[in-house]
Amino acid sequence: MYKKGKTSRLMASPYLAWAFIFILVPLGMIFYYGFTNEAGSFTLQNISYIIQPAYFKSLLLAFELGIVSTVVCFLLAYPLCMILADMKLGHHEFILTLFILPMWMNFLLRTLTWMTLLERKGVLNDILSVLHLPPVYIINTPAAIVIGMVYNFLPFMILPIYNSLSKIDDNVINAARDLGASSFQTFLRVTLPLSVPGIISGITMVFIPALTTFAISSMLGGSKVLLIGNVIEQEFTVAYDWHLGSGLSIILMIFILANMIVSAIADRKENL
Amino acid sequence: MSKDLILLEHISKSYDGQMILDDLNLSIHENSFVTLLGPSGCGKTTTLRILGGFEKPDKGNVIFDGQNITELAPNKRMLNTVFQKYALFTHLDIAENIAFGLKIKNKTQSYINDKIKYALKLVNLEGFEHRMPDSLSGGQQQRIAIARAIVNEPKVLLLDEPLGALDLKLRQDMQYELIRLKNELGITFLYVTHDQEEALTMSDHIVVMNQGYIQQEGSPEKIYNEPENAFVADFIGDSNIIPATMVCDELVDILGAKFACVDKDFGVNKPVDVVIRPEDVELVRPENCSLCGVVTHIIFKGVHYEMTVEAGGFEWLVHSTRMSAPGTTVGISVDPFNIQIMNRPASEDEEAISENV
Repeated sequence: MYKKGKTSRLMASPYLAWAFIFILVPLGMIFYYGFTNEAGSFTLQNISYIIQPAYFKSLLLAFELGIVSTVVCFLLAYPLCMILADMKLGHHEFILTLFILPMWMNFLLRTLTWMTLLERKGVLNDILSVLHLPPVYIINTPAAIVIGMVYNFLPFMILPIYNSLSKIDDNVINAARDLGASSFQTFLRVTLPLSVPGIISGITMVFIPALTTFAISSMLGGSKVLLIGNVIEQEFTVAYDWHLGSGLSIILMIFILANMIVSAIADRKENL
Repeated sequence: MSKDLILLEHISKSYDGQMILDDLNLSIHENSFVTLLGPSGCGKTTTLRILGGFEKPDKGNVIFDGQNITELAPNKRMLNTVFQKYALFTHLDIAENIAFGLKIKNKTQSYINDKIKYALKLVNLEGFEHRMPDSLSGGQQQRIAIARAIVNEPKVLLLDEPLGALDLKLRQDMQYELIRLKNELGITFLYVTHDQEEALTMSDHIVVMNQGYIQQEGSPEKIYNEPENAFVADFIGDSNIIPATMVCDELVDILGAKFACVDKDFGVNKPVDVVIRPEDVELVRPENCSLCGVVTHIIFKGVHYEMTVEAGGFEWLVHSTRMSAPGTTVGISVDPFNIQIMNRPASEDEEAISENV
């Protein structure tokens, strides 16, 4: 027994080293920079910058767009997953792959494509002008960012929801119908509650990257729309103020942690 | 005679061009325990699903209590189903599972509470209200599935191989439990199984099915003692099915030996099949008997010995509490009442169809 413990500890050591070097050390550095000033002494100033209007606005906007994108992803994904889960013998695998396929392409490349599509003289406006319709100016607006987020993160909503829906036994649905529930009542009282674990992980997997993104917002939002992710990026890469950048990162981490705790509690309630 | 509660008229159903049910006609009496018995793929579960409303027949009508319900949605039907593998709602506790149908029907909370108590008492699981389905054993989950169905006071309870997932001992206990429930509730049970022993133990009426056709229906005693064809004889218990010739009324030639029997009207020198249950074969002294053979195998089965006797070129299966050692020469004797004569089908197709024409 002791010997086995020793072997498994030995085999775990590369991973422990990995976790230490690439997770714990960077985290420690973020916390060190976040709570110190340039002189190296302790301060809460970096953290408190978040209440300044410019920073607070970018945090608020990040939340707003993150929530909108998550809701849109959910509204698109859920009906699709219900249709796919229903197609027991159909080509659901193929259709699912179609939705996952864009994930095989580089994330930045995909976002760049949307830039080309939505530009003032881009593909979308070309098509509109051929149809003699007025051009639309979506690029560099929050709407463009939402489109980019939904496009990029939709598969992360589809997969967990599809997983939980396809695991529901047909006879459980039949049992609800058998006990007098209409199709709509069956959906509300059985299908939806049984898919909650999938919905929760879908929301988490879409909302957190949407909240923290800076690539999508800088490519599709131009310099006009700044999210908290862009602000943090600029502190590190443009202003070279690692202290403020780390301080703001800590704020964002707190919100992500809160989000995960809430979903973990909701998940456990579901399983109890 | 009680009246017909359910009538299936000329039901046909096929999947992907494969015929599952072909012109099935069946009537089910009120307050009876009816079992659909057959091997997997015989169409018994499809029949049940058509009754429950989960499948629509390609042709034919389902008549329930005088009304045609063929097109009625499952939630509008006055019957409830106990599904294979229970199909409990895992996100609800036991009380909420049982209350599911009642809440849909907007019953008052006090009515629902009374019903939950009553149902849990009926299935011997009092105090389980706030447990989750996953924390229950298979047998307990099955009882909850039954409780969940019966609180809705259906006129018919459909049971789809409900004991299939349970171990032998539990299955036997649940068989008695189901008979008790049926008697206490006074409703009709329609039970689907491939287990002939289950069917014989519980049913008032057994419907033996194969390849989408009803092979024979009748009381358990009739099905066991007077199988109408080789399929039924073979499927219900062990049997010796032997080609023979009906010499004249009440006399049959089995493997060259004449046996007295009680059947008439088969004609003269007509080729037939005889069915003799292994427990009905008596081994006697060879000098007293026209058909002699040699014991080739013997196995001790607890209740009886199972022996194989080579006689007249046929391997007879014999169950007896008295053993005869392998190599012993024995005579074979059968009581005339225990010889069941069947018309021999000309082909396998005819065997399947013979019961429907």
